[in-house]
Amino acid sequence: MAAIELAGVKKTYPGGAQVIHGIDLAIGDGELVVLVGPSGCGKSTLLRMIAGLETISDGTISIGGAVVNTKEPAERDIAMVFQNYALYPHMTVRGNLEYGLKNRGTPRAEIDARVEAAARTLEISQFLDRKPRQLSGGQRQRVAMGRAIVRQPKAFLFDEPLSNLDAKLRGQMRIEIRRLQRSLGTTSVYVTHDQLEAMTLADRLVVMNGGHIEQVGKPTELYDRPASLFVAGFIGSPPMNLLDVAALQALPGVTLPDALPDGTDIVGIRPDAIILGTAAPGDILLSGTVELIEPVGGESHLYVRVAGLEQAMIIVAQGRSELVEAASLDFALPADALHPFSRATGKRL
Amino acid sequence: MQTKRTIFPNRWLPYGLLAPQLAITLVFFIWPALQAVKSSFEREDPFGFKTTFIWFANYSKLLADPMYLNALWRTLIFAVLVTVIAMGVSLILAVAVNRLLRSGRVYTTLLVWPYAVAPVVAGILWWFMFNPSIGILSYVLGQMGVTWNHRVNADQAMILIVLAASWKQISYNFLFFVAGLQSVPASLSEAAAIDGAGPFKRFWTIVVPLLSPTTFFLLIVNINYAMFDTFGVIDATTSGGPAQSTNILVYKVYADGFLGLNIGSSAAQSVLLMLIVIVLTVVQFRFVERRVQY
Amino acid sequence: MVENRPWLNVLTHLVLVVGVIIIAFPVYLAVIASTHGPGAFLSNVVPLLPGSYMLDNYGQMLSQGMSTSGAPPLTLMLANSLVMAIVIAVAKIAISIISAYAIVYFRFPLRTLAFWIIFITLMLPVEVRIIPTFKVVADLGLLNSYAGLTIPLIASATATFLFRQFFLTVPDELMEAARVDGAGPMKFFRDILLPLSRTNMAALFVILFIYGWMQYLWPLLVTTDPKFYTVVMGIKRMAAVADADPQWNLVMAAVVLAMLPPVLIVIFMQRLFVKGLVETEK
Repeated sequence: MAAIELAGVKKTYPGGAQVIHGIDLAIGDGELVVLVGPSGCGKSTLLRMIAGLETISDGTISIGGAVVNTKEPAERDIAMVFQNYALYPHMTVRGNLEYGLKNRGTPRAEIDARVEAAARTLEISQFLDRKPRQLSGGQRQRVAMGRAIVRQPKAFLFDEPLSNLDAKLRGQMRIEIRRLQRSLGTTSVYVTHDQLEAMTLADRLVVMNGGHIEQVGKPTELYDRPASLFVAGFIGSPPMNLLDVAALQALPGVTLPDALPDGTDIVGIRPDAIILGTAAPGDILLSGTVELIEPVGGESHLYVRVAGLEQAMIIVAQGRSELVEAASLDFALPADALHPFSRATGKRL
Repeated sequence: MQTKRTIFPNRWLPYGLLAPQLAITLVFFIWPALQAVKSSFEREDPFGFKTTFIWFANYSKLLADPMYLNALWRTLIFAVLVTVIAMGVSLILAVAVNRLLRSGRVYTTLLVWPYAVAPVVAGILWWFMFNPSIGILSYVLGQMGVTWNHRVNADQAMILIVLAASWKQISYNFLFFVAGLQSVPASLSEAAAIDGAGPFKRFWTIVVPLLSPTTFFLLIVNINYAMFDTFGVIDATTSGGPAQSTNILVYKVYADGFLGLNIGSSAAQSVLLMLIVIVLTVVQFRFVERRVQY
Repeated sequence: MVENRPWLNVLTHLVLVVGVIIIAFPVYLAVIASTHGPGAFLSNVVPLLPGSYMLDNYGQMLSQGMSTSGAPPLTLMLANSLVMAIVIAVAKIAISIISAYAIVYFRFPLRTLAFWIIFITLMLPVEVRIIPTFKVVADLGLLNSYAGLTIPLIASATATFLFRQFFLTVPDELMEAARVDGAGPMKFFRDILLPLSRTNMAALFVILFIYGWMQYLWPLLVTTDPKFYTVVMGIKRMAAVADADPQWNLVMAAVVLAMLPPVLIVIFMQRLFVKGLVETEK
């Protein structure tokens, strides 16, 4: 168990391309931190730097209070779960679980005990003598997890461990990883590009973009108060509507609430915060035409075209909508649900 | 050049791992090759006491030598004939095997084993069949009114080495053609069949174009084989005779250097042969590079 | 695909049967010749049906050899060929796999140069550099020795390329996982890479064994002592004598024995053989 601390971490490739631009991040003992962002944002590189698989160009990484910059992966006492699992194909499941312990010279009796325990926890005891190719995708995923937990390392590093599974299995394994991490209390860093996975797993969420951290916080904080246009667009599904203030003000009968800070030129509103029908005083009242309805079961996503606005707005309507396509629709944007942003800085005001 | 995303940080280990291979390459490949280049510019006096640097004299003498030009010409004829026959026959056999399912595998087994017959042994087998006094084929030809004696007839000697060399190479080409044919997606042939193309039309319009990478590869390999790997065939059958008619380049290097002890000329011949191999290898490698993307 | 053209199927089998006959006939003739007595080759044409001297001929060749040719018994030559083929195959695999490992899993100064030096061996077959290579071997005192027979032939660009290609297809994560699990470079090589390369090594062994067995010019140059004759070159000596003094029955017995080991390997390890052949040349 250990805290992980990143101070001014940078990564520059020999060719001169800089992919990580000075990251400061403190991960508490036992915490599960999720790094999320679009592909190429540097999240995997950062994880691999923590693991010791990439060199650190500048700054320091410490695990459990000790700087590990120049240490081999094996000396950092971390375990990693890879996207393609990276199970040793010629070894049995037991061989895979044992390998790291054997290399560390763990006594035989203890190896056996730990392997048995890990296999029991992950319900893979009956597969111990099989080869990885004889297992299903979900079972391989469990073996990869098992290989991490038998080592009882200071930290788990997960590199998109669920992306090779189908949607249903992914949901199950997500819950299982969460439960396992809670019960073991091992500090974990989890990389994913899937914002739903990120939201549901994380104690704290780190949104990355272009080698920078955009925002760090609890998933609900990020959802409720995105610090930048990038985070606003990335977190939440369907994504937040971002409206141009000038275009909005040009619409007939629209006045913006006074409460918006000076310099607001973009306002955001979550699709589920929009109210259908009449408005309370101070709300923005709009009307438009329904272009498309996506029924997703308990709710419906409406794509509504408002004359004068560039993009169709997305509205989440609870229950099954009575609306038909091409119908016209009145709806209100509640004043207290608006997120003010500056276009120039991309930041929240 | 490609490596892994992460690499081991050791500084000296890779040199240690490469050392045996590099040592052997340097001592037995690079060094002799440089020696050949050096001696090709020198003349050694008859007693081997003194060598004189003579620039390109060995080369100019060689290229003016009718015997060498004859060997060049013979090599060309030989290489073209072997390549055409060995590739033609094996393509027919491969196409036939590719049409069959289970029995195809039995035929494959029956066709591939000559790969393991050494060229010199292949030469002896064919020499035995064409032996003027007891050979079965010379007997059959005799019955048909053809007098066979490859010891005196230059054309017959050439036919003999071409047949022996092609016979050995068929199995190799066959395997590559079969692999090439199997990599032509069945769906393409099926689509053409639905479009109304018969089996022969499908073969010419679908299979042959898609097989062209294999064909090109084999073309180079076969030329290479005919030029350099057939030493044993020649040595076992004609030893370059009669009257130089089967004295191909690779045999001449050996004969001039080892039997004739003409070091300078043999070295110049070696260098020219190396240039030919280098051209062939570069052509082949560029082609491979394009296909596999190194 | 449904295709009903009986004449095409008949033609297919016809072509293949003719092909098999052409391929097999020279060897059939050799086998037949090896079962006859010396008298069978004095008449007009070689016999086409088996004779009754098979055991005599093979027995004589294996135990005494052909006295007139100055070649030793075939047992010795077969043993030499076996040693040469196995040493060449094993050593080529060994030095190729470690150099491919160095080239793929490490980055170091002069890596590209090393790669090209190895690549050059592709361009310089023994046949084109005979005399200087012979001279090096002679200067090193390796004539008439197993070392002289094998060492100059064990550098191999093709085997190195095959392993390099294979290593590049091994997922990067496997090596990363092994490093996280505490394996250093040699341990990773031994525990992970070597077991994964097993099929490739076996396939390569088949090809290289045949390569080593078929060597002719090189043993011809570096051995003058019959103790080191290999069977493929020994046969040539016998055949040269047999031309004057017809002992075709004995020569053909030797030919059959010389073909047998590599041919059996091709037939019984056909899957590995095809894999090795097609992949080394890709």
